[in-house]
Amino acid sequence: MKFRDKQPALYWCGVALVAIALIALPLVLTMVGTAWVRITNLAILFIFLALGLNIVVGFAGLLDLGYIAFYAVGAYVYALLASPHFGLHLPFWVILPIGAFFACVAGALLGAPTLRLRGDYLAIVTLGFGEIVRILINNLSSPFNITNGPKGITRIDPFQIGNLEFYNSDTWLGILFTGPAKYYYILLLILLAVIAINLRLQKSRIGRAWVAIREDEIAAKACGINTRNVKLLAFAMGASFGGIAGGMFSAIQGFVSPESFILHESIMVLSMVVLGGMGNVWGVIAGALLLSFVPELLRYTVEPAQQALFGQMLVDPEVLRMLIFGAALVLTMRFRPAGLWPESRHRQEFAGGATHE
Amino acid sequence: MSASAPILEVRDLHVSYGSIAAVKGISFEVATGETVCLIGANGAGKTTTLKALARLLPAHGTLHFDGHSLLHRPAHELIGAGMTLVPEGRGIFARLTVAENLDMGAYCRSDRAGIDADRDRVFGLLPRLKERARQVAGTLSGGEQQMLAIGRALMSRPRLLLLDEPSMGLAPMMVQKVFEVIRSVAAQGVTILLVEQNARLALSVASRGYVMESGGITLSDSAPALLANPGVREAYLGE
Repeated sequence: MKFRDKQPALYWCGVALVAIALIALPLVLTMVGTAWVRITNLAILFIFLALGLNIVVGFAGLLDLGYIAFYAVGAYVYALLASPHFGLHLPFWVILPIGAFFACVAGALLGAPTLRLRGDYLAIVTLGFGEIVRILINNLSSPFNITNGPKGITRIDPFQIGNLEFYNSDTWLGILFTGPAKYYYILLLILLAVIAINLRLQKSRIGRAWVAIREDEIAAKACGINTRNVKLLAFAMGASFGGIAGGMFSAIQGFVSPESFILHESIMVLSMVVLGGMGNVWGVIAGALLLSFVPELLRYTVEPAQQALFGQMLVDPEVLRMLIFGAALVLTMRFRPAGLWPESRHRQEFAGGATHE
Repeated sequence: MSASAPILEVRDLHVSYGSIAAVKGISFEVATGETVCLIGANGAGKTTTLKALARLLPAHGTLHFDGHSLLHRPAHELIGAGMTLVPEGRGIFARLTVAENLDMGAYCRSDRAGIDADRDRVFGLLPRLKERARQVAGTLSGGEQQMLAIGRALMSRPRLLLLDEPSMGLAPMMVQKVFEVIRSVAAQGVTILLVEQNARLALSVASRGYVMESGGITLSDSAPALLANPGVREAYLGE
């Protein structure tokens, strides 16, 4: 049935082409401008976040509006354990799992009191949770200075593997590898692992239990699913993806402050999941890429376009960016309500069901 | 009909919603192989009783299934003990296919061969489901959804099936078909506790019945006796 089985040679050629394209991408983008490699790296971080949130929202059907809190937890765990703030400088492969663990605990902490809530009520509580985490980080500077408050934490250690440092450029085989390009490769590796985990999860026993809870919680219980544990697991697993992404964000930026974890970011990640197609791993990735790159493209094109057309700036690019962004979301929801690339079940549902014989 | 030891024994069951007592100390039992119904008007406490049995509501009293107390066991463990609920309003997984719904019913089992055999058995009992195996369950008609809910429950190979208002919201023709299915499930030896507003239908498949009224059991007798009872005829059979 699958293309892979019908045309194995073509399939593997395609895989090889995609692999080469992905490997060459940062080198090509470096020629355009290193900024684009950074934008790509941020886009990959948003894919991590969107995939993590997809576990909670897409698979288990639990609307979470405070997801960015787990990103914040991961980011601050990394910042505190690898910066002059406490004088700790642990290597990144030690901190990332610690960050994932703390985010996981935070996820369970959010999940436990909200087990009986669904829909709007759950959304409100998670929204509050996201704000609590941000405000806590903002204020944990006295009496003991843990987070350095609104000033944030600076001079966070970049990744380092042996002598290989990720913040400076290196020339290997006559090719220039900038810092962001090196980060890109490690992000790409982790991304592949994360995608593989998500695809497996979707087909696993746990994945089926999540879908059952999403569809009907009482029936799920009647089928013998321990809904409490399975929901907590969704929160905890989704959160740990956010925690890992946060840690890498810290290292790449070298600086974190509470401003990076506002409600707007949660909504952004949720938009990626919804726009791309809830529950479908590939759709969510497409949504994350689209919502990461389109605003950046607009940022670089809106001003020159206006200058060329009218000879002056009529509309501030930032305003226009949000306008187009909003309109795109409205149009998508109008014409493709299940997302751009929906999970097959959603597609059938929104298309008015499968054909009757 | 074989009056062996009771598989389900309920003594002095109390269920309340906050300060409102919905079930006020009822006692009844179901013997292995029997089909027993709980009939009564809207709000008599039938569904509340069933939900308490399925551990979806906190309750007080004695609740024995197969000699073990159920009162403090969580809902999801009942299926393993051999008691499966077909929830009120069907509760199918609307966006999964019919086949996937049935597989969810066997979620707690790992014996592949047994599951496959039971799926065939369910398809034999409900040929409509086999025709629509790959169809998304939400697109089935109400009656087909009710049959799917029953089929899904059978996939756990229950010893006691709890059926909550299987006729609810169905066209009269569909109701007849659903009850034919219930009759054939019972004929296969599954013990059934049926909660139903449609007293005539319920008593036509059950061997015994209990009449519930405002949270208590007011009458209990064999199905033919209840059908002949003037009080029941007037209150529940519309005569």
